Amino acid sequence: MINFGFTLSPSSRIDLDKANKPDFSRLAEIEPDILKCMACGSCAASCSTVNFGKMNLRKVILMLTRGEEKDALPLLETCVLCGKCTMVCPRGINTRHLIISISEAYKKAQKTERK
Amino acid sequence: MKERIIIGFDSFVIPFMVGMIFILAYCIIGLVRIICRLEPSDRKRLFISLVTPKTILKNIRDIICDCLLHVKIFRRNLMLGYMHASIAFGWFMLIVIGHIEVWLYTPHRQGLLYYPVFFRYFVKETNHTLKGAFFFFLMDLFLLMVLSGIGIAMFKRIRSSIVGMRRTTRASLTDTIAMYALWAIFPLRLLAESFTAGISGGGFLTKPMYWLFHNFLSKDYHILPTWWAYSIALGIFFFMLPFSRYMHIPTEAVLIVFRNAGIKIRHPRKGYSELQIYSCSSCGICIDACPMVTHKKNIKYSSVYFMRFLRRKNRKKTREIADKCLMCGKCVAICPVGVDSCELKRKFRNADKALPARNYDLLEVSEEKKPAEKDKILYYAGCMTQLTPSIYKSMEKILGAAGADYEFLDREGGICCGRPLLLSGNEEAAAELIRKNTEAIMNSGAGTLLLSCPICYKVFRENYDLKGIRIMHHTVYIDNLIKEGKISVKNSGKNLVYHDPCELGRGSGIYDEPRNTISMIGNLKEAAENRKSSICCGGSLGSLTLSSEDRAAVTKHSLKNLTYMNPEEIITACPLCLKTFGTYSEIPVKDIATAVAGNITCKNKKDKE
Repeated sequence: MINFGFTLSPSSRIDLDKANKPDFSRLAEIEPDILKCMACGSCAASCSTVNFGKMNLRKVILMLTRGEEKDALPLLETCVLCGKCTMVCPRGINTRHLIISISEAYKKAQKTERK
Repeated sequence: MKERIIIGFDSFVIPFMVGMIFILAYCIIGLVRIICRLEPSDRKRLFISLVTPKTILKNIRDIICDCLLHVKIFRRNLMLGYMHASIAFGWFMLIVIGHIEVWLYTPHRQGLLYYPVFFRYFVKETNHTLKGAFFFFLMDLFLLMVLSGIGIAMFKRIRSSIVGMRRTTRASLTDTIAMYALWAIFPLRLLAESFTAGISGGGFLTKPMYWLFHNFLSKDYHILPTWWAYSIALGIFFFMLPFSRYMHIPTEAVLIVFRNAGIKIRHPRKGYSELQIYSCSSCGICIDACPMVTHKKNIKYSSVYFMRFLRRKNRKKTREIADKCLMCGKCVAICPVGVDSCELKRKFRNADKALPARNYDLLEVSEEKKPAEKDKILYYAGCMTQLTPSIYKSMEKILGAAGADYEFLDREGGICCGRPLLLSGNEEAAAELIRKNTEAIMNSGAGTLLLSCPICYKVFRENYDLKGIRIMHHTVYIDNLIKEGKISVKNSGKNLVYHDPCELGRGSGIYDEPRNTISMIGNLKEAAENRKSSICCGGSLGSLTLSSEDRAAVTKHSLKNLTYMNPEEIITACPLCLKTFGTYSEIPVKDIATAVAGNITCKNKKDKE
């Protein structure tokens, strides 16, 4: 094949058959607020740890709704629960509790991933 | 004086003795278990405190003031204070005088637990001698005192507002049984002693009662049943004690001794915490105090119910309340017993939370160690202040005007102080942040650490080990600058109300410095509830699950409390309060730094130039 110096990007289509929906619905049960998110990004913009880590709550929520928790969960690791995202959220989502709930709901997924 | 019953025993004392032996055994076993559960270092501290004269004196003073006289409740409401003090102190004096009587008249009966209680039945005394009349008078006086207290307590059940309480605790079944037994004890004692007054003598209360009853009860058949009833009431009360709220009566004194020994809460349910749990008297003063109780549905989240469910080991409900609490500390500040429910809640969260994995390796502290300079100020704005830039900009202006040598540690954004993690019950992760921050601060070589956020201030003072560095909140720093004449401010003449942030006031005890400063730049107005009783702004990081609607209700309630005197501006000293109030307030809300920076007169700066 001729090398043109660029390739086709891999498909970004999400395979919903493989996505972990039960975990997400359990999360939505604990914290229904997650469904309110409109991905405005205020939380990511106000984040204290933005200079130090990959924490981005907006991205995490988007990824979780798509069932990509494997990539989403490591992003939460640097969160310091300072609560600034809760204060700026225009939808009044209790983001601090959401972050704790995510770790609770996806505990199993996290464990298997570590193994 | 003559003993009526030669053998000094009658079968009616049995219910009392059974209850008494049960409660004594329960208390002794409980105390030994708690002491065994303590950490070795805590146990050592406790035993040392028991032989230190200063702590002994403090223990005695606290026990008399809190357990007997209820000084703290008196300060809150006279009627409520009298109700508690009359029952506690009156009953205590009845017991003491009973023992003195036994000691004086029938020394050979000493050591019989029931003898002082049923003294009037067993011993015939005369009120014709001065000594006899004196004791009759005292006993009747204190009995009357207790009865008046019981009367108020009964009326309080119908209308709690007469003792200044809007809402009271919903009593549980065991509480109700013990309460009725307690109410019955003293009227029954009065009746029993009055009926016997014809034989054994009586005082100003019992003698007239005897004459009254004697008119239509000519036979003496009713004497013994009344003594039986009195004994049974006592027996039931003692037997219900460990299962009811009245367990606080014996526990509170022990709690005071442990607290004065400097023992800290280490576990939500065991050891010292057990004392805290049983010391809660379920009085419900914390219900009116709780900022969440703006809606009736939130009453169930107040500290009194937390303590109740924690005591019953109801994990689900305890967790629900623990997660809901704003941790503003008002219930702890006004608790007449001094139960530290917030610390228990925090420990409970720590023991109960599913901890998310944490990885703070990316938060690198790469600064080289700088030489120590005593005068240098290290300004740490904190993450909340980064969200309200007006505060750190004003601080820079003030620091510049004062000509201070300072370094801004987190101008480009810094890491969190760790208190939010501590509050959420993640102590291990918080320890990691604390370690990194300590390193950064120690490397800077500064002599003073200046903070703008009370949340940081509290954690830096309590959980950090910063040797040789003075930790200051900007309210204190600004007050010092004005006092020392390093900056001068003009009085704008505006009416300013000061909001005491929870973590700065109740959390760290700073009340006067910000008020001094505000009275320099305007007319200081006070809120309806201020200082120790100030109401949380609603934005507190303490709560994990409180919804935004409930938070808004707290904020509005707090604003109503602040604007009671129609001030022109609200001044606060916490970036979190500033942000929260800013959303709902109709009048401008400013941080104290911003208010001072706006009124600074440039005289000093020009002199320097």
